[in-house]
Amino acid sequence: MTDFFGIPLPALFGQLVLGLVNGCFYAVLSLGLAVIFGMLNIINFAHGALYMVGAMLAWMILEYLGLGYWWSLLLAPLAVGLVGIAIERLLLRRLYQLDHLYGLLLTFGLALMIEGLFRDLYGVAGLPYAIPDELSGAIGLGFMFLPKYRAWVIFASLAVCLGTWYLIEKTRLGAYLRAATENPKLTQAFGINVPLLVMLTYGFGVGLAGLAGVLAAPTSQVGALMGSNLIITVFAVVVIGGMGSILGSVLTGLGLGLVEGLTKVVYPEASATVVFIIMAGVLMVRPAGLFGREK
Amino acid sequence: MKTKCIALAVAASLPALALAQVSDNAVRIGVLTDMSGAYSDLSGAGAVEAAKMAIEDFKAKEKPGFAVELVSADHQNKADLSSNKAREWFDRDKVDVITELVTTSTALAVMKVAKEKNKLALISGAASTRITNEDCNDVTVHWTYDTYAVANGTAKAVVQQGGKSWYFITADYAFGHSLEKDSSGVVQANGGKVLGAVRHPFPGADFSSFLLKAQSSGAQVIGLANAGTDTMNSIKQAAEFGVTPKQSLAGLLMFITDIHALGLKTTQNMYLTEGFYWDLDAETRAWSKRYFERMKKMPTMIQAGMYSAVSHYLKAVKAVNSDDTQKVMAQMKKTPVNDFFARNGRIRDDGRMVHDMYLMHVKKPDDSKYAWDYYTVKQTIPAAEAFQPLSVSRCPLIRKSAS
Repeated sequence: MTDFFGIPLPALFGQLVLGLVNGCFYAVLSLGLAVIFGMLNIINFAHGALYMVGAMLAWMILEYLGLGYWWSLLLAPLAVGLVGIAIERLLLRRLYQLDHLYGLLLTFGLALMIEGLFRDLYGVAGLPYAIPDELSGAIGLGFMFLPKYRAWVIFASLAVCLGTWYLIEKTRLGAYLRAATENPKLTQAFGINVPLLVMLTYGFGVGLAGLAGVLAAPTSQVGALMGSNLIITVFAVVVIGGMGSILGSVLTGLGLGLVEGLTKVVYPEASATVVFIIMAGVLMVRPAGLFGREK
Repeated sequence: MKTKCIALAVAASLPALALAQVSDNAVRIGVLTDMSGAYSDLSGAGAVEAAKMAIEDFKAKEKPGFAVELVSADHQNKADLSSNKAREWFDRDKVDVITELVTTSTALAVMKVAKEKNKLALISGAASTRITNEDCNDVTVHWTYDTYAVANGTAKAVVQQGGKSWYFITADYAFGHSLEKDSSGVVQANGGKVLGAVRHPFPGADFSSFLLKAQSSGAQVIGLANAGTDTMNSIKQAAEFGVTPKQSLAGLLMFITDIHALGLKTTQNMYLTEGFYWDLDAETRAWSKRYFERMKKMPTMIQAGMYSAVSHYLKAVKAVNSDDTQKVMAQMKKTPVNDFFARNGRIRDDGRMVHDMYLMHVKKPDDSKYAWDYYTVKQTIPAAEAFQPLSVSRCPLIRKSAS
């Protein structure tokens, strides 16, 4: 811990708060991935592209429809969810009896196509999306000025994660979902429409990616490549947390955000790598991930 | 033996026939650039289009006795891919010159291959001063700008405005390091002080942590030694975290496409150095308007520089009536460059094309009267001062001729 000598505590706290903000994005994205993997056994490589689509939709809703941030927060995830449902119905459904790899390849191809389309339409320099007026400005925390928008990101992400966890672990619908994951044939025999559940799950999972995209839109340039830069880290988060573990992915996302924040204090050059070092370490000790179960 | 004799006889009679010595009577230009990645807006398809325009204009005006062909490819900002493509083009497709080459690592890779094959490399997009220093060679021209030129313009201006203490946010790769080094030199030479620097992984999305460090450093100026979306996100997040306007930002390498993407509200009052601006005078406007009709956006200095470089090259080929690398290079170096892009331009022996650069001040939203009306020209930096002087050159070609 001597590493922290010489680093003033306020600066350390500041970096930890910022790490938490990034962790929130990781958590929402990896939550979507975990839900999809748990239910469909599909490694959804299109997640980053759909996150980008969420952000782009927010920009389009403002530019073409004149509707502000709060509308986007509602409409963009819904639209991304619908796109997801179309993908599941038309494409993914045909691959369930095949190996995981085919789903991975299909979604990877989709990601390249979606990104290519937006790159062609809007270029890579990105589009500006302003922070909504209600959330501009900053809160003084004593050790730092936290922009209100970042505080809102933390709040919204945690609420979404908690809501999803509650939905899946504590409600009847969630019970059906878990049953369908465990044994789809038996669940179907009980008269539950498993294909419908699967379709909605995929739509919900990618809808979460769209929501993360809208949350991210005011914090960075909205552009075609924003998803591909982030998604590799998010996959590492999912692997560390354990594929398919809901609570695991959320906790790991937040935790790794904090670790990254700390790395930026101590040795910023390694901040993009630290997640992968942890991943390698975790895989050696617990191949199923921190919260995963061996199958 | 017999055929050799005949060939010799035919060859001997060639000058009498006054045939062009351009090999297989065609000049082939290869545009190797980032067509899909982070730099595709400031270079990419626009650079290819600018090269096409140069060829069209050359054919229409000069009516050459040889054909001019253009090939282009995406180097994806990868050095290995670039050198493979360069070999393929030089060896198989008889390409005479490879041009554009945004991203320093790709430029350095292609320069080496060009030297080995004795072909030309005309660099517009890459930024590092290494191209005309440690890694210089006699088949390369660095056309549009470099890290010294942009740092020199911007950093000097900001220090003179009273921004004495600096902190750098630097992209952690060759280009960022080069930009930070050149800028620090300029800051110190003008009586400023560098308080520190933080290196961020490339590409980055979240710069808040680095901005917070810069904030706590207490420096008056935060120098952004990065490019493209990294710079844009740094600027955007600096406003969000209240870093600006208490501390000011200096974007050390920015292009008009960055300003366009960020909007004037975020970028107003920033200083930046450009080698070209579409709205300088009637000549730049006329060319840029033609470009705009094709690309639906205004050209960056890299794209305008492409036109200038390709035109200069083709004129040299015509003048010496040959595509022989050394002959063309000698002609290019002999001829001053004066066109809509380059004012008072000439190519030095280290391969640096020096020309006037411009210190720009970004307009306030209210002062912008029409589309793409973004800059006020604060100062024209004369060619002789804009670039690193030869006296401090680290290029072996220069040291040899000096000793």
